[in-house]
Parts: sequence; structure tokens; C-alpha cells
Amino acid sequence: MAHDQVRTRRLLPYGESARLLECQDLDDSQRMAHWLSVQRRPEIAGIVPGARTLLLRLTAPLPAELARTMITIQPEPVPAQAAAVVTIDVRYDGADLAEVADGLRLSTEQLITHHTGQQWVVAFCGFAPGFGYLAPTGPALRVPRRSTPRTRVPAGSVAIADHWSAVYPTASPGGWQLIGSTDVQLFDVTADPPALLSPGTRVQFRRLPS
Amino acid sequence: MIIVERSGPLAVIEDLGRPGYADLGVSPSGAADRGSLRAANRLVGNPEDAAAIEILLGGLSITAQESAWIAVAGAPTDLLINDRADASHHPVYLRAGDRMEVLAPRTGLRSYLAVRGGIDVPAVLGSRSADLLAGLGPAPLRPGDRLPVGRSTLPQPGIDVLPLPAAEEPLRVTLLPGPRTDWFTEAALNSLGSQLWRVGSDLDRTGVRLDGEPLERRITDELPSEGLIRGAVQVPPSGLPIIFGSNHPVTGGYPVVGVVPDADCDRVAQLRPGDGLRFSWAAR
Repeated sequence: MAHDQVRTRRLLPYGESARLLECQDLDDSQRMAHWLSVQRRPEIAGIVPGARTLLLRLTAPLPAELARTMITIQPEPVPAQAAAVVTIDVRYDGADLAEVADGLRLSTEQLITHHTGQQWVVAFCGFAPGFGYLAPTGPALRVPRRSTPRTRVPAGSVAIADHWSAVYPTASPGGWQLIGSTDVQLFDVTADPPALLSPGTRVQFRRLPS
Repeated sequence: MIIVERSGPLAVIEDLGRPGYADLGVSPSGAADRGSLRAANRLVGNPEDAAAIEILLGGLSITAQESAWIAVAGAPTDLLINDRADASHHPVYLRAGDRMEVLAPRTGLRSYLAVRGGIDVPAVLGSRSADLLAGLGPAPLRPGDRLPVGRSTLPQPGIDVLPLPAAEEPLRVTLLPGPRTDWFTEAALNSLGSQLWRVGSDLDRTGVRLDGEPLERRITDELPSEGLIRGAVQVPPSGLPIIFGSNHPVTGGYPVVGVVPDADCDRVAQLRPGDGLRFSWAAR
């Protein structure tokens, strides 16, 4: 639909001390997040990325020139050295692996190759501390969520839903399809930073014998 | 040390929260009614951001192991100190061994019990706040819990008593434009700002659900997840709005139609199920 095709960025209202920068797509929003982080503007206290937006927490109104620039600038791609790459070793032993592959008319081997054969990038975090929504940098699959969510998904479950992938940092209810598991710790309040994955981080999944 | 004898429906330790980790999926959490937390702290000469006990509908009973200044602010309530009646909104001196009970508030939902020196449980990511969504920070209080009290460095204030918050029925709150105001029909936006909403029964620190006439959307697309803040008024597919509280999720996939300003969020945090609420658009 026409209104879904955002051709330029828009700076949307969000109450008294925030604005929402709606970008063209995920790549554009990641470029803008990097550009804004380099600017270090004192008016911007924090940035919370969404799937194609940046929520800007403000300590003072955005100056008009900065607001204009945020709409019009064509920022450079995020430099490779600015994006951390994390390798996550996965046992592809998830309870839904065979059924998801079936539904996509793929073999489980093909589904695993889809998962390990490309880098993923953290678009944004949500749902739980350290839970990153990973977007594919290569081909995307559309995987339906489970019609009935599980009441308990174990920590370290590697899952897919829609075109996203994710790793559950802690045990929680969850509706995503489970394709594997990992021993990697995704969230640790005593670590700095506490989350292994943050927006912009690139993830390479690596297959362990299951 | 403060010893918890009874914890009531829900008593949690809260300060002003842990902002700054939302991009990692961590809710800011913190006191649902920030003004009342600050007030309780001021009454005992604490920094305004010291950790205190957020008490839902009273029912908390404690014993002071050492003498302590305490104060209760927020939802106005009566106190029992060794069975002697006292009141909220002024500093109270407890001697070692005194037992104090916070009764159910006459109006409002959440009272804040501050202790001079602050509740000194370990901070997690810079805050002593319980985050009930993620299970971060101190767990809800249970009988037998022993709460360490910090050392106070500020002078004891000369405040005798704070004015009680005025109860308003229905509560009128301001609504500022949100990022997806234009996803709703003109009729829905007018209805949002004119109808009498009722607070639903399943409210918590995450948010307050409102019952009323559902709001109709103009744009019915799925919304890719985007950032949320305290006070965001989100409209899920039911068409019935949710006002997010301090322990809100950091991102969400339903449109935010408007935003309640901070000062009004404190008052929303005091609404009980069944209470009335009217929004008035500040501008649109």
C-alpha cells in the first residue's frame, strides 16, 4: 500500500520529550543511528531503534536545523569496523525444525543452510532484556508463528518467526518456532555491556553437531 | 534493617528506574508514581531518587530493627504504629522494635514508604527498581525479607506535613499527539478525547487498560515494532487503549495514538479498576 512505502524520513511527534524518526527501511535507520551516534548531540539523551524507526529521547527540543538535516541527509553506510560480529554456535535440534522446513517445502538441511549461510543483523531489541530481533542480510523466509505460543521456551532457544531470527536470553513464554539451541549467554547484568547483542550487531550462526 | 512481616497484595522496591538500557530490551521501570516517590523521600531527607517501597493497596507491615525515620506518601492512608494510629504524608520516627502497618489507602492505588537513608538493596544496572516484566532487580517483598537501610548524609528536613493529593473523578489527563495519531479515523480521535473511559480490571505496573467504545483505525496495516515510552497510549486490535506505565515494554507493534505527559502519568498510576478517565487533546 502507498502509505507503507516510506520514501523519505519523517520526524513524528511523541509527547513532550521524545520524537520518532521514521526511516525508509532497516538499512536507512541503522545508517541514521550511526550518524546520530557520531554527532553526539546533547539534546538526544538516548536512541531506541525499532524495525525501521529511531525513538529519540530528548533533554531539550530538537533544533530546527538538526530536525531538517535528519530528514534530508543521505548518510554513509555504517563502516564495517563499527559493527561487532558475534558468532553463535547452534545445535539444530529444535522441536519445530522439521515442521517449519516442511511448511516451507525445504529439507531441514536447506533450512539450516538458510540460517547459517548468511549474516544476520540486530534490528532492534525488545520482548526481554537481550532479546534481539535479527534480520537476514541475505534471502528472507516467511515463517508463521506458532498458533498456540508455548508457555515456556528454554533459555538459549534459537528461533525464527516471520523473517526474523532470535535467541531467547532467558526462559519465557514464546510463540516463535524453535529450530535449535545454544549455550551462549545473551544477557548478564554484571557484564558491560550487559547484552551480547545490541542494535547493529551482526550475527553469524555456526552449526554444532547435534 | 527493616523486616517485612506482611507484604499485602504487592509491595516492590522502586527508585527512579534504569533508563538508558531500552535499546538492549531493558524496561526503565522505577516508581509508577514518580512524584509520590520523590515526596516520600523529601519527607525523610533522602535524595529524591532513593529506593523506597511501592505499596499496592496497603497491607504492608514492617518491624524496624534499629530506630528509623520513615514517611509514607502517594495514595493517602493511615498507619498503625504498635497499634497506635498515625497518618501518611509526614515523617514518623520508629524506635528499634516498633512495628508499623500501612493500611489500605482511602483513595488511589499506590503508597510509597521511604526510610531515611533509602532501601539499600544491591543495584542492578544502576537501579534498585524491581522490573516485574523481566524479573530484574529485587523480587516483590515477602514476609521475612530483611531490607538493609543506607546511611543518610543530607540534613533532616523541616517539612512537617505534605498536602494530600486531590482525588479527581473522573480523572482528566492531557493527551499529546503520538507518532501514529493519523492511523486513526477522525471520529476515533474525537471519541478518544470526548468519551468517559473506565479503568479495566487488569491494570499493573506495565499499563492501564481502558474500557469504552473501541477506536477505529484508518490505516489497518501491521505496524513494524517501534519504541515505547511511559505514557504512550497504544491501541491494540481490540480498539481499547492501554496507557503504558513505568514498567512498559521497550518496543511494541501496535500504533501509539497519543502520549500522556509525565505529570499526568503519576496520576494515572493512582487509578483503580472502575475509575473514570477523560482525555483532552492538547493539540492535534
